[in-house]
Amino acid sequence: MRIERRLEQPRWLLVAVPAGSIVFSFALMAVILVATGHDPGSTYRRLFEAAFTADGALTSTFVFATPIVFTGLAAAAAFRMQLFNIGGEGQFYLGAIAAVGIALWLGDQGVTSTPLFVLAMCLCGAAAGAAWAAIPGVLRAFFKTNEIITSLMLNYVAGLLLTYLIIDSFSYWRDTETFEGRTFPLGKSIPEDAWWPTAMLDIAGGVLLPLGFGIAVGLAVVIWFLYSRTRFGFELQVIGDSQRTARYAGMRLRRKIVAVMCLSGAIAGLGGASFEGDFAHQLDPTGLQASYYGYTGIVVAALARYNPLAVLPVGFLFGGLLNAGFTLQGADFPSGLVGVMQGIILFCALGGELLIRYRVRIGRGVRGPAPAAETAS
Amino acid sequence: MNDSFLVDLLAHAVLYGTPLLFAALGELLAERSGVLNLGVEGMMLLGAVMGFWAVQSLDAPSGVSLAVAVGVAALAGAATALIHAFLVITLRASQIVSGLALTIFAGALGLSSYLGNDLNLAGVPADASFQNLDLFGLADAPVLGPIVFGQNALVYASWICVVSVALYLVRTRPGLNVRAVGESPAAADAMGINVGAYRYAHTLAGGALAGIGGACFSLAITPQWVDGLTRGAGWIAIALVIFAFWRPDLCLVGAYFFGAFSYLPFALESRGVAQDVPSEIFDSLPYVMTIVVLVIVSTGFAKRRLGAPAALGLPYVREER
Repeated sequence: MRIERRLEQPRWLLVAVPAGSIVFSFALMAVILVATGHDPGSTYRRLFEAAFTADGALTSTFVFATPIVFTGLAAAAAFRMQLFNIGGEGQFYLGAIAAVGIALWLGDQGVTSTPLFVLAMCLCGAAAGAAWAAIPGVLRAFFKTNEIITSLMLNYVAGLLLTYLIIDSFSYWRDTETFEGRTFPLGKSIPEDAWWPTAMLDIAGGVLLPLGFGIAVGLAVVIWFLYSRTRFGFELQVIGDSQRTARYAGMRLRRKIVAVMCLSGAIAGLGGASFEGDFAHQLDPTGLQASYYGYTGIVVAALARYNPLAVLPVGFLFGGLLNAGFTLQGADFPSGLVGVMQGIILFCALGGELLIRYRVRIGRGVRGPAPAAETAS
Repeated sequence: MNDSFLVDLLAHAVLYGTPLLFAALGELLAERSGVLNLGVEGMMLLGAVMGFWAVQSLDAPSGVSLAVAVGVAALAGAATALIHAFLVITLRASQIVSGLALTIFAGALGLSSYLGNDLNLAGVPADASFQNLDLFGLADAPVLGPIVFGQNALVYASWICVVSVALYLVRTRPGLNVRAVGESPAAADAMGINVGAYRYAHTLAGGALAGIGGACFSLAITPQWVDGLTRGAGWIAIALVIFAFWRPDLCLVGAYFFGAFSYLPFALESRGVAQDVPSEIFDSLPYVMTIVVLVIVSTGFAKRRLGAPAALGLPYVREER
């Protein structure tokens, strides 16, 4: 068996390999399920039902898919430039904190206009996420500090900030008025005027589409345009492929690194704002941290091969997986199963990259007629 | 005197630094062979859960079951590392993404959480745990007693590991080969060294040490299993390798430095010091300090890249060099 580098990557492979790796990972997962004494057939059937076909399943799949699409876009935007922003998780929290903060404040000022609330929450969420991401970005650009570790460490700090705001202090975010709020540590609810509107889709008995998902779709198109149709995007690709070339060509590396980190953080922060405006309506540390939306976004982005448009369907699929994981969680469906599946899908997608980049030939070095791709060069 | 704040802090710095030390030594071995493994957190969590499971399910004297548990933890870590090794060495996948995948696969909300819940390990007190020893009867000696002579067996094992890894890398033929593989795989290959085999072996050894590091949490520091109990120690260990300029002896110093920061919140709380300061400030210190030290190290030494193996993170393909 020989492995040769492909000179041209057939387009169909770019879809077939990720799709195939999902199928293959379900087969691998079945092995783990059998090994731990579960029936894979019925587990998969219940998983599919809970994610897509049960009553109201699609609505809750969108609830899970929306934050993931945002964090997936955030990861894709940075990873494309070989800038490994693992801090999507923390930037997501910061976006949520800022969005809830501004919604509460505007509510206290007597504002009742929903569009104003949505706009303010989006702007503040994005700004907070961008500011949090700017820390590893600036450190990377000016001190060459490894952004993987710094952005990840800030996730833990952001998690502690959440705990502080709701559990360990009487901050502006904490509910100290209502009876429940005085009994348990709870976040203050934002005014109902600040709840983001939803659209009712008339398929499968009515599916509620959150505004956040619509924003995410628009954002995916914008990022795709930015990366593939503008000079800024072109420069990012060059920097990602070879920093030295970029420097020779006179591109401003530091500025681009900070800009991309901020862009990535802003998208993740927007995700946090959407999570609050669309679903949570109050700062809830456990809810925000329960699903690891930031880390899941990295898996989604990798499976989408960092293509913003592909993040949408992949994010939807993973939303279904998370939704099913939460619905079914219990004695015969232990928590952790979803993370295992995500990991296996990512392993398979990574392994599949080999098939995209290389051609595997069976047989001992017998060269047939040279394939078109090779003669073309 | 031995009850003083400083002695207590230093003694616990050693205890809390030990998992970091094991994990950092493991990562150092892998990185010296040119393989960056960002899955340390995941391997530690799997080691922690499997080690704890072994202790709970073995019906043996506690010494035996603890020894077996450490072995099981090492195996679990090595088995997890095997996935990474296969993906990045054989399949030439991106080392960064594969390591992240490993953490997502094995970490909190992943396989370690699945196994812990499926085997009903949560909230159960440990059947056996590593106790502090009294070496040479000196554990009560002033100052040095609790710090040097009154630690548990894992601490002493980690010291042996530091010395062995240091000697192995600098004084043995295979150690020289590892460094060659990490610096210039093409030259090593031309010398007849099997690059792939060396990388596999050291990635697996790194995984085993990370697994033992995880077991330090569930068998010694807090003898129980809770989801995600390492709380980022794996990532701090990766940063430690950078601070230590890829040298085992400096790993030890760095590990205890961060061990002190990990224990500081507990020390302050138990003595009722600084109670008006939110505890989250102290809880976040290990993470913030990691960033601070990383920045200092990268500004001062970035130009020379002291110690970083030249081929770190790069796949080696004989046909493409």
